[in-house]
Amino acid sequence: MKRHTISLFLTLAAFWLLNSGHNTVLMLALGFAAIMLVLVIVHKMDVVDHESQPIYLTRNIFGYYLWLIKAIIEANITVVKHVWLGNKSISPTLKRIKISQKTDVGKVVYANSITLTPGTVAIDLIDDEVLVHALLRKDIESLIAGEMDRRVTLLER
Amino acid sequence: MDVILNFTGALCLFIGCFLCISGGVGLLRFPDFYTRMHAVGVTDTLGAGMILIGLMFYSPDFLIFAKLVMILLLTLLVGPTTSHVLAKAAMRNGLMPALEKGDNSKEINSSN
Repeated sequence: MKRHTISLFLTLAAFWLLNSGHNTVLMLALGFAAIMLVLVIVHKMDVVDHESQPIYLTRNIFGYYLWLIKAIIEANITVVKHVWLGNKSISPTLKRIKISQKTDVGKVVYANSITLTPGTVAIDLIDDEVLVHALLRKDIESLIAGEMDRRVTLLER
Repeated sequence: MDVILNFTGALCLFIGCFLCISGGVGLLRFPDFYTRMHAVGVTDTLGAGMILIGLMFYSPDFLIFAKLVMILLLTLLVGPTTSHVLAKAAMRNGLMPALEKGDNSKEINSSN
């Protein structure tokens, strides 16, 4: 709880400083007061926890981001290629896929990553299955092969 | 140095524009709602991303650079969320995707 509050404070402070760009004492004090007010409200709402501030993800998340950016670029090239090739070349598919994440945060990260890569959209998430619509059958097959699933599960520990 | 920055920025903007136009063409061209959504996915991931990265090369100071990074992160978070909500709403209201032949429609019917 304490660690989550500190992490939230640092995030808000960085956000305020980068957005305002002011550094007079009065402005900094007002910013500090605003951040404190937000922290008090957020504590009253009882939403400061491992879900709103998933600090435990930070160890491995940057490696995952790099891999995800690579995946997004490849998927973009594929989709743009099929846009210009036309309707004959696509094979829309709908399928349920098993996921191996245990925590809610892990499941959300996985479903969001599926939707973020063009060509696949996560439509529904029920227990340990996600319903995916894909532009190409090949995309579903690579999701079933499960490289993304494995990488997200590695994030969880 | 300035020439290189300008050139790289212009190149990124050009690629971003091409991707956005491709997304628009796909939006008009693809057969049904769900496939059109994939075309829009190109626009709001790499299309917007390349345009924002291109603008970062032109940013005069660190603060503007940081703001562009924040906008990029925001679009990358909001894009998939809205796509998912759209798709889920369409599915809830019984809009069935046009699938290729030899499809898995039996499985879909059991899912609802």
